[in-house]
Amino acid sequence: MDRTHRESDLERTVLGPLRKTSMQFWLVIAVLGGLVLMGAVLLGRQWTTGLGVTGLKRPIYWGVYISNFVFFIGISHAGTLISAILRVTQAEWRRPITRIAEAITFFALILGALQLWIDLGRPDRILFLFFFGRFQSPLLWDVTCVTLYLLSSTLYLYLPMIPDLARLRDRMTDAPRWRRRIYTVMAAGWHGSHEQHRRLERGISIMAVLIIPIAVSVHTVVSWIFGMTMQPMWHSTILGPYFVVGAIFSGIAMLFIFMTIVRRAWHLERWIKAKQYDYLGILLLVMSAFWGYFTLSEYLTTGYSSLINEVQVLLAKIQGEYAPWFCAMVFCNLILPFAILIRRKGRTPTGAFIVAVGVAIGMWIERYTIIAPSLTRPALMARFAIYTPTFTEVGLTIASLALFALLFLLFFKLFPAISVWEVEEGQAVAAARQKAEELLRQGQLEPTLPTP
Amino acid sequence: MPRWGMVIDLDKCFACQSCTVACRMENNTPVAGPDQTARGRAILWNEVLPFIEGEYPKVHVQLIPRPCQMCDNPPCIHVCPVKATYKTDEGIILVDYKRCIGCRFCAVACPYQVRYFNWYVPEWPAALKAHLNPDPEVQPRPRGVIEKCTFCIQRLRKAREKAEAEGRPFTATDYVPACVQTCTGHARYFGDLDDPNSLVHQLAHSPRAFRLLEEMGTQPKVYYLKQG
Repeated sequence: MDRTHRESDLERTVLGPLRKTSMQFWLVIAVLGGLVLMGAVLLGRQWTTGLGVTGLKRPIYWGVYISNFVFFIGISHAGTLISAILRVTQAEWRRPITRIAEAITFFALILGALQLWIDLGRPDRILFLFFFGRFQSPLLWDVTCVTLYLLSSTLYLYLPMIPDLARLRDRMTDAPRWRRRIYTVMAAGWHGSHEQHRRLERGISIMAVLIIPIAVSVHTVVSWIFGMTMQPMWHSTILGPYFVVGAIFSGIAMLFIFMTIVRRAWHLERWIKAKQYDYLGILLLVMSAFWGYFTLSEYLTTGYSSLINEVQVLLAKIQGEYAPWFCAMVFCNLILPFAILIRRKGRTPTGAFIVAVGVAIGMWIERYTIIAPSLTRPALMARFAIYTPTFTEVGLTIASLALFALLFLLFFKLFPAISVWEVEEGQAVAAARQKAEELLRQGQLEPTLPTP
Repeated sequence: MPRWGMVIDLDKCFACQSCTVACRMENNTPVAGPDQTARGRAILWNEVLPFIEGEYPKVHVQLIPRPCQMCDNPPCIHVCPVKATYKTDEGIILVDYKRCIGCRFCAVACPYQVRYFNWYVPEWPAALKAHLNPDPEVQPRPRGVIEKCTFCIQRLRKAREKAEAEGRPFTATDYVPACVQTCTGHARYFGDLDDPNSLVHQLAHSPRAFRLLEEMGTQPKVYYLKQG
């Protein structure tokens, strides 16, 4: 690329936030950083005094931390899975949002793994999982699949970034030295030759196909740490697909949230348009319907039976102390999306954002109401137990969300939020198609089918 | 090789809790205090569970003393990610406190809730601390790991050593856990389930015998004799 290159509109808007940083941005970073610091203090206290600082007890050995683990691993499906499916099916509208989706995956996985570590009674022995791992344990299935998913989604985030990194290397000549170094090293000698493009496209296509079964496996084995035990309402074959559907559902919601924030803060309204909100909104509705279907199947099957251990867990959820949670979950995951997104007028950035926040909250509650009630009412128990999370657990949850947002924002301060080359490619494809259609209309081109 | 098992006669048990106390003194389980106990943090390897059935005026309380059920098909062992919990050749389920990472998966998987977690560093009032069992095998466990009933495995080792020192073969009757030894109503029996002549074998085959949550297929080695 030559130095006299005139920046396109797209380049200017996308690279703009990488060049200039507003005070508001630093303010947000400071607030998030403060929350993360609070989390670090709470975690330090937990590590020095013990898990007694949580509300956990016998027999509720798992609570908020494990819910957070499932939640974060769930939203990690935003990215990679959605972006991979859209890429494989060649949905053109995916182009401006794939990068954001893939970044969510990457950071959500890191946060998910962190939750497991926070939950350990002996965090100093975390590496035992690798030294002495037993593959008969569902927890090791999780460790394996999450590690594999993290590695493959890192690659899947990185590969489509290479052409943009080369662009940054060439354009961001006034950036500080360390940043230019990062761009140069990460661009890996990209100069946009035909051969390089061919190989890159091939790599991305292979990864896009590979990552779909990996993503499905990840959330399936997350559900199996519950499904493989004999606890009431956990020991169910529906749990695997139910968790996968919930993961994609919450993943799309998280994509909506972050895409709206970035769109607004980075001024990308011209590139992330009504079309993305419209199509993704329909996808969210479909997942909401799926989720409702699975929920109904699960609860009706349990409720219709007279298996006392199962039924008492169900009753805890629909009329016991977990009833408010259950109602909030149904409202957020089913009623809210359908009320707003069913009409085209509702599928606007504002509408989608409201629904997405609702679904994110609703899906966290879903994780919580799957984990906690079953443990309060085990099969052999003289009395029911009550679990009340403590400030430490709530604080660490907030801090984890803050850390997630912090990493995400800093990442997009360093790298472009929109895949510039892919959007340009999309523009070229659209222009060529338009031209062909014009020629067709004028009768200068024969409409022929490609010969087999 | 013996297959250690226990039989508890619910007709003879009057819930005096001496098994619970003897277990605590033998195995050095920490004192949680009334506050933590109310929060479900007490560590009681042996616990007497009151199951209240029916409603006033027809109430029946079924008291069930519950040590580890020592399942032959233990769900806790299947799920441990680091092989910190294991079954010995003689069927006793133990925890390696140096290996346990404190994920509590085993505690979640156990349908009998026999597994206890060290929420804090174990503590004792000074008077009790002076009288801890000095046996190295029951040293206080560190914070953050799981612990549970071991059928007083240290007593088994001592019984074997004693038999060897006296130059006679070790027999199954040489060893009983502390809860069995102390039981006021002589409600507990202990021995080798595989020996057809042993009392536990015969009682385990009594028409009164049942096991907890038998339908789960865990095959516990603790049998109960039905009340009444």
